[in-house]
Amino acid sequence: MSAPDPGTGAAERSAPGPPPAVRAPPLPAQNTLPPQCLGLEVRGLRVVYGDFVALADTSFRVEPGASFGIVGESGSGKSTVLRAICGLAPLSAGRVQLVTDETSTEALPSPGSKPFRRLVQMVFQDPYGSLHPRQTVDRILSEPLAIHGVKDEQARVERALDEVGLGDGFRFRYPHQLSGGQRQRVALARAFILEPQVLLLDEPTSALDASVQAEVLNLLEDLRARLGLTFIMVSHDLAVVTHLCDDILVMQRGQTVERVSAADLAAHRVQEDYTRRLMQASSGFVRVGS
Amino acid sequence: MTLATPPTANTNDPILVVEDLHVAYPNRDGVLVDVVRGVSFTLGRERMGLVGESGSGKSQTGRAILGLTAPGGVVTARRLEFRGIDLLHCSAAQRRQMRGGRIAMVLQDPKYSLNPVMTIGAQVVESLRAHAKLSKREATERALAALHAVQIEDAERVFALYPHEVSGGMGQRAMIAMMLIAKPELLIADEPTSALDVTVQLEVLALLDTLVAQSGMGLIFVSHDLRLVSSFCDRVLVMYAGKIVEEIAATDLANAKHPYTRGLLGCLPQLGQNRHPLPVLDRRAEWAL
Repeated sequence: MSAPDPGTGAAERSAPGPPPAVRAPPLPAQNTLPPQCLGLEVRGLRVVYGDFVALADTSFRVEPGASFGIVGESGSGKSTVLRAICGLAPLSAGRVQLVTDETSTEALPSPGSKPFRRLVQMVFQDPYGSLHPRQTVDRILSEPLAIHGVKDEQARVERALDEVGLGDGFRFRYPHQLSGGQRQRVALARAFILEPQVLLLDEPTSALDASVQAEVLNLLEDLRARLGLTFIMVSHDLAVVTHLCDDILVMQRGQTVERVSAADLAAHRVQEDYTRRLMQASSGFVRVGS
Repeated sequence: MTLATPPTANTNDPILVVEDLHVAYPNRDGVLVDVVRGVSFTLGRERMGLVGESGSGKSQTGRAILGLTAPGGVVTARRLEFRGIDLLHCSAAQRRQMRGGRIAMVLQDPKYSLNPVMTIGAQVVESLRAHAKLSKREATERALAALHAVQIEDAERVFALYPHEVSGGMGQRAMIAMMLIAKPELLIADEPTSALDVTVQLEVLALLDTLVAQSGMGLIFVSHDLRLVSSFCDRVLVMYAGKIVEEIAATDLANAKHPYTRGLLGCLPQLGQNRHPLPVLDRRAEWAL
């Protein structure tokens, strides 16, 4: 599949960008990265804010290269899982660990360390809030490279924009000059530019129109296939999660309700009432008595 | 024609007639650019959906009917009539009288559209007393009844709470109560459930459905979610780039003709369907002509 057309939004701005440069040649992977595909395991994860238990004893394992979905309503703790994994929420118990197909996990970077943060990247929900309004796309994408001391910034920024289907013409624009779908592509490029192995997606399409959502979902799928990534995706929309993920964890009020495979979910083979209610909700409004 | 005219008894009379509605905003150089370009429809006692993507002009259409176009915007139309009242040329006082009283609007996000420094009860009472001469006590009683009517179980408690103290679903119920308390004849719901959780969405929709059916008002349901709208409304107008590209009965949606309508329907992932990659909209320039 080719990357979707960069044109999103009916009212595309046609501000002239700089002339398109020659496409950057692919770069060799940096030798500081472990060569193998990485997965992630969390055990007994618990997050509390004061007396409020946001997340209670959550455990799951995501195999290397798998795509894992977490579904729930607001307040179910689904975003807290992701925030706890990447260190944005305080852990009061439990552990997070990268895993590989091999038995030994000792050599893998531990959570909180700089290599871990490079390998595990997060994409946030709202592309209108997660990009710095006064930085150009170029600067937004260069910052993670500067933090991690990665060489050849220029070529990488160009390649990252190419990968998410935005041309070089977008490089010196500000976020307000982009549509919602284009902004979410920039947010994705910012995560991908560090060549992570695990990508945490926090409702990556819920702020977007249905048609733009389809484009971003296709892009995510394409990138995962090409780069061999592990996805952990959070959403309140069961259909979106089932589309992208093989395995799904249903959460409610900080607790795990059940874990089902996408195939079981599609065939309505679920155990819990709550999951059934979510499934009903995603099929639309049904008038009483009709 | 005076405002005091009671709503005509004939139920076949259209509530709202919109003919060739244009809404334009000046761009940076001061040139007016149309964001709504010649929208026409007639609304009776029915539930009508207005669907499109962001920027298609669906919200601007709803706001123009209510006279809430942002400053700088210019509204023109061949006809814009509500129950025979010319909305384009009526006085500001007349407009104010109708707004909230006879035409009401439910907005998208209760977090931003409720007054954060007033209790929910005070806001419901305010909207009631703006349209009816009532004593404070009567107004309070009716506000509590309205909160009960939108299935808020603990109405007395919610009455005294501030918007930040309630959940999104509760806030949206309160807003619906506020809008329906003056018994409007036309309700414009602008993405009333987009900010809510999926399960709460259905509860709010069911509530809106019951209330609309009971009072027999006209409803314009503005949303980007074609599937949701089609399950809720009687007919659907699909907007693209400021124009209506297709009008279709909700039950007939599967036979939509316009490629844009079909594209909007097709690009949603669905449970039990395995389509990789998802079809995306192939926007053609001629759709916007």
